[in-house]
Amino acid sequence: MSNSNADALRPQQPIDWNNPRLRVAGLRKHYDQKVVLGGVDLEIYPGQIVALIGSSGSGKSTMLRCINLIEEISDGQIWLEGKDISLASIDQDAVRREIGMVFQSYNLFAHLSILDNITLALRHVQGKSKAEAEQIALGWLDRIGLADKAGSYPDKLSGGQQQRTAIIRAVALNPKVLLLDEVTSALDPELVGEVLELIRDLKATGTTIIMATHELSFARDVADWVVFLDKGVVAEEGEAAEFFANPKQERTREFLTRLQR
Amino acid sequence: MNSQVAFEPSAAEVERARIRTAKRRRSILVSLLSTVIFAVVVGFSLVSTPGWDRVAHSFFDLETGLKAWPRVIDGLLLNLRVLVFATIGVLFFGMLLAIMRTLRNPVFFPLRVFARGYVDFFRGLPLIIVLYLVGFGIPGLRLEWLGRVPAEVLGTVALILTYSAYVAEVFRAGIESIHPSQRLAARSLGLSYSQTMRLVVLPQAVRRVAPPLMNDFVSLQKDVGLISILGAVDAVRGAQIEVAKFANFTPYVVAGLLFVLLAVPSIRFADHIASKYAKREQAGSAL
Repeated sequence: MSNSNADALRPQQPIDWNNPRLRVAGLRKHYDQKVVLGGVDLEIYPGQIVALIGSSGSGKSTMLRCINLIEEISDGQIWLEGKDISLASIDQDAVRREIGMVFQSYNLFAHLSILDNITLALRHVQGKSKAEAEQIALGWLDRIGLADKAGSYPDKLSGGQQQRTAIIRAVALNPKVLLLDEVTSALDPELVGEVLELIRDLKATGTTIIMATHELSFARDVADWVVFLDKGVVAEEGEAAEFFANPKQERTREFLTRLQR
Repeated sequence: MNSQVAFEPSAAEVERARIRTAKRRRSILVSLLSTVIFAVVVGFSLVSTPGWDRVAHSFFDLETGLKAWPRVIDGLLLNLRVLVFATIGVLFFGMLLAIMRTLRNPVFFPLRVFARGYVDFFRGLPLIIVLYLVGFGIPGLRLEWLGRVPAEVLGTVALILTYSAYVAEVFRAGIESIHPSQRLAARSLGLSYSQTMRLVVLPQAVRRVAPPLMNDFVSLQKDVGLISILGAVDAVRGAQIEVAKFANFTPYVVAGLLFVLLAVPSIRFADHIASKYAKREQAGSAL
């Protein structure tokens, strides 16, 4: 695909470990008395995939929503390419333009065709012409094998096809970080594979991704770094291969055996 | 559903089909019989009333009806013109009010309060009083620059004032019925609040409220007849003039039937839209 944006993301040089793409420090989120995130640190470098794992209610989704500024954080700071995006004075719309997010339930726009779902933000957020936006969108649809569905409406597609559309809808905007919130959890088991395949493909193009997921074997395969959240704090983290091979904490081992059984 | 599958039905299916057909025949027969009996009873009890002959003559006199016809039809054309302008005005102001109520920026606080007060006020105020207030109040202000405003224009304004309040509520319900995940998706793509509203929420909301909206417009269609109380010579007023001329009420019946004829296509259309949406939402269910 020569005309897609993603090729521009391909890392040209080795990772600069002094300049994380995104850095989170001491992130807290409380709802009334309930602590959902109790001070979380995270760093991700260009082209990396970080997998957030943990049981339901461990704060994975909340973490992603805080990074995308959908949730107001209770404490801590977030930097995107060194710029503090957690400042009260920040233009939140401008931040969201640089961070993509995909949800568990796809959330495609029901009144728009597949093509229009993808071109909407390209045209109205990035100000591209209709022709230019459609060229980019069709390039992506072609890449995921859905070019023939461009004119269809979301309810005519399978869950896997909808989710892949939702992912390229976010990726087509060329975000600095892509947040994937349990994107395979709502899918029938036989549809999970095609979505994971797309994520693998995105990794190859150098997209920087933070993904909350229950797919442990997939996380082991594609993630560079794994963060295990337990009750709103990082219980353990490490390089994917090492993390799964030799979990250090007792609760990590417990979680992994519970999910892999 | 649309492809015929060739197969030999089992004995059980043949038996089921036979019983279903028998049931269908029986229910058609029952409804036919019941309709005939109902019509005979109603017709007989009407005709047997002591004053039926007089009523029949003063309400259903064909000759008077034909004579009154031209003026009533002329009036109906005025009603149609009022209907067109009122519909456009109601859609515009109804949508405007609905959007005002959803604005969150503190700058718009007064607009939000105004919209809410407006909707409460005009949903509570009887239409006929709005007609009097606008129809006689505005000319009473003696505004030089306004000149003399025709009664039908004032009537249209009154209709727009009242119906906008109802339609605003329908639109607002539609806006609130759109699942928050749609806004979330739009905002996370970087769309602003107003872009999200304009490009994602409103198009879906309008589709969803089309059936209840049609209902309000069917209702508006007959209420355009109320402009006659301001002196506009519409179908109702035209009929009134003819009634006075012939000392016979038939022209009212003529006008009434014309309004019904006018409404029937809209009502059918509204039903059609409603059933289309219902079908989409409960596809596959037998109940």
